[in-house]
Amino acid sequence: MINEETANHPTPKTYVSTALILSVLTAIEVGIFYITSLGYWMIPILAILSIGKFALVVMVYMHLKYETKLFTIFFLSGLFLATAVVFALMFLFKSF
Amino acid sequence: MSEQNNHSTVENTTTGLNHRKLLMWAFLGSDCMFFASLIATYLVYRGKSVTGPEPIDLFSIPVTSVSTFVLLMSSMSMVLAYAALTKGNLKVFRVWMLSTAIMGMTFLGFQVFEFRDFTVNHVKIGCEENNAKYTELENKFSSQQKSDYKKQCSEGKKEADIEFGMTPRTNLFGTTFFVLTGFHGAHVTLGVIWLLSLFFYSFKRGAVSADRHLDVDLAALYWHFVDIVWIVIFTVVYLFGVYEGF
Amino acid sequence: MTTFPLQISRPIHPTGIWNWITTIDHKKIGILYGVSAFILFIIGGIEAMLMRAQLASSNLKIIDPELYNQLFTMHGTTMIFLAIMPMGAAFFNYLIPLQIGARDVAFPRLNAFSYWTFLAGAIILNASWFLGGAPNAGWFGYAPITGKAYNVGHGIDFWIISLQVLGIASLAAAFNFIVTIINMRAPGMTFSRLPVFTWMSFITAILLVLAFPVITVALIELQFDRFYGTNFFITSAGGNPVLWQHLFWVFGHPEVYILILPAMGIVSEILPTFSKKPLFGYPVVILSGIIIGFMGWMVWSHHMFTVGLGPVANSVFALTTMAIAIPTGVKIFNWLGTMWRGSLTLNTPMLYAIGFILTFTIGGISGVMHSQAASDAQQQDTYFIVAHIHYVLFGGSLIAILGGIYYWFPKFTGRMYDEKLGKLGFYAFFISMNITFFPMHFTGLNGMPRRIYTYGSEYGWDFWNLISTIGVLLLAASMVIFIYNIVSSWIKGAKASGDPWDARTLEWSITSPPPEYNFAVIPTIEYRDDWWEKKMLKKAQEQPVSKDVHLPQPSYWPFIASVGLLIGGFGIILSIPVAIIGAAITMIGVYAWSFEPVNDPH
Repeated sequence: MINEETANHPTPKTYVSTALILSVLTAIEVGIFYITSLGYWMIPILAILSIGKFALVVMVYMHLKYETKLFTIFFLSGLFLATAVVFALMFLFKSF
Repeated sequence: MSEQNNHSTVENTTTGLNHRKLLMWAFLGSDCMFFASLIATYLVYRGKSVTGPEPIDLFSIPVTSVSTFVLLMSSMSMVLAYAALTKGNLKVFRVWMLSTAIMGMTFLGFQVFEFRDFTVNHVKIGCEENNAKYTELENKFSSQQKSDYKKQCSEGKKEADIEFGMTPRTNLFGTTFFVLTGFHGAHVTLGVIWLLSLFFYSFKRGAVSADRHLDVDLAALYWHFVDIVWIVIFTVVYLFGVYEGF
Repeated sequence: MTTFPLQISRPIHPTGIWNWITTIDHKKIGILYGVSAFILFIIGGIEAMLMRAQLASSNLKIIDPELYNQLFTMHGTTMIFLAIMPMGAAFFNYLIPLQIGARDVAFPRLNAFSYWTFLAGAIILNASWFLGGAPNAGWFGYAPITGKAYNVGHGIDFWIISLQVLGIASLAAAFNFIVTIINMRAPGMTFSRLPVFTWMSFITAILLVLAFPVITVALIELQFDRFYGTNFFITSAGGNPVLWQHLFWVFGHPEVYILILPAMGIVSEILPTFSKKPLFGYPVVILSGIIIGFMGWMVWSHHMFTVGLGPVANSVFALTTMAIAIPTGVKIFNWLGTMWRGSLTLNTPMLYAIGFILTFTIGGISGVMHSQAASDAQQQDTYFIVAHIHYVLFGGSLIAILGGIYYWFPKFTGRMYDEKLGKLGFYAFFISMNITFFPMHFTGLNGMPRRIYTYGSEYGWDFWNLISTIGVLLLAASMVIFIYNIVSSWIKGAKASGDPWDARTLEWSITSPPPEYNFAVIPTIEYRDDWWEKKMLKKAQEQPVSKDVHLPQPSYWPFIASVGLLIGGFGIILSIPVAIIGAAITMIGVYAWSFEPVNDPH
């Protein structure tokens, strides 16, 4: 039972290297933040970086990559709807 | 699938997935909508405050970067605790579990410090004519703050010390910021209580063990979720908040 | 096994009232939901009758304006959150495990918690009548009229807190049913064989878990504005009341489908049974339900056409609203197709189901009329909207629920209802319902606004208003027939067999009422409408009587956790120390519950 469920989970090594990547991404985020010459480019760059962090935690630490698709469907349906609602409201309030 | 077990239906389910784990993922999907509504409120009200302070007047990116880092590392620590437990290594499990909870509490400590810092924020503005800082802040000041500045300067001071703090009542930014990050903080608090409960519970013989790893798995999922919400908040509220072009 | 320090001896075989308080049997919880919701439905109906009395003629002074405001707010809130939703929950509870061949829901104690928390919310809301006045800002409580500046007193506070408590109850129940339907199906019960009612409940539960957090946040914001002086909807600080409308309707429109999808499921069970035909186009009906559930998220601003969102937003939402009529229409044709050339039995549940198709279609068509943003400007906030919502909720959700009560009455109680009275009750109900609500189309198009406590005779609204008021009296009489029929049959009706309708789904394969364990042997499903197919093939087997099925044991803790919420709910409005006591009780309840094993060791 236990082995079936956790057998394909990654090893602690993967977890630590994921943490390293997360730290580096955060450092890049904060670093980029101080490069004012980037102008409007800063927004997509920071957005992509944080989406990357988000995805790493969800896929590796929350094991979504290694477990049944059903969990992914549950989570992503909430996530997509949530994102859509945020953007729809921003559009309706002309916040862009 | 064979006939269902009379004594327990937990392990023997239609999909083979555990009931509680399925519930947890459904809950996380639902909680996405919760935070989305708060974040949407924050974003549509962004820059709509009638008076200051604004994010740029208060946020300290280096400090928040540190607390963000601590929360990220607590996620690693959490997953290592879980990995140790599935291998049956209870001692290592306890070490990582405790360190996760401590990092969670550190994050909360930062948040308390930050909240307090925002509420008691002051600015010092020189009293000379056309002071650059005053010109910059004038349209963010309430009439109270403006008259305070004039009063202090008319008393012959070289530099006026103006209260420029923010509470949830001060302006729209305060309202949306404190409620959004406050509810995230409440999630973290609940998570810390959960983690500590499991930590202390693990000293009871057999209460937390490799074949009952699901109890920890669920707490871990919740904890990582709280972390990813913060990843979003850090970028959208803090970094985009200070960045003027957005 | 481990025990929590607070472990008090577990109620193994409780008797009397404790049997009900500690029960975690989905059937008993279903009955509790149904009876409580029906009592609250009567309360909401009395509120409506008082309003109709006041509106019977122009310039009446039976009810003062303030009380009138409270009545329409409580009527709407009660009917939606305390009557129709929990009546739906009653059916979910009772039927889903039976229809999928399970012995209980996935989380029996969470299920008990849902019910008691729902009751706590109902008590908090209705207590407002006695604690300084009921809420008075309408069921969608638009900002800024709910703000502290315009609404002193505790009415709105009770409204906020009770909706939050009800939200907890609904979310807990919805998570439970999602997991139950995915994870507790009998072997062979694939999603393509799942009964339509269970399918629609599944979609409803998904809508609930995604929609309720939004209203939770909106209510939190309002609560913070009122309790702690924040600025969310304070215009002088830059707050925008339109945000409340958006958040409310982002929740509110999926909520409409939360109310109607279970009704569609009930009708989809009744029609095939009494047409002696399988449901016409089963996959299409399911797919339409899914599309409705999905598109329900894309139409919310059609409640706000007159706000001034601009031509782009209005056009987009008008188009999506027109589009959502398509899957709904598809379903109506499927129901008609089911009856086409069937051998119809026109008994009471079938009459209600046919009545549903008729009135729901009328409500659907007036809905399409609102979807034209331009003409909606004429209809917004008039009695035309009131007519529409009552045709889809009263003539849609409720009529199907009443039909469902008759249909499953033998299963719930083990007794038959009185068929003659049932039919009489139906005709009285159906005719009086149309007398009540159809004239509202006319008064609405003649410009009568909703939520006014009286009107002048010069407008010419007197006649149709009087007709509506007469209609509501007849409606009350028809409900008396219904209640009499149900109560007297429950006490002394003829005994019902396990399958009195020669029906199709699994719940009819067991005795009426079902044994506590539902299925002595978990059935293996081979067909859609398995029970029917097996009867046709002469493969149907009687369930044996079993004495050796171990069920999850009753528990005090869900009830205690809900009591904590009740106390905490009052406390947060009236006194903070009480709120802390309530929170502590809930904490103790939840802790003890999580350390209590599902079954004590034998």
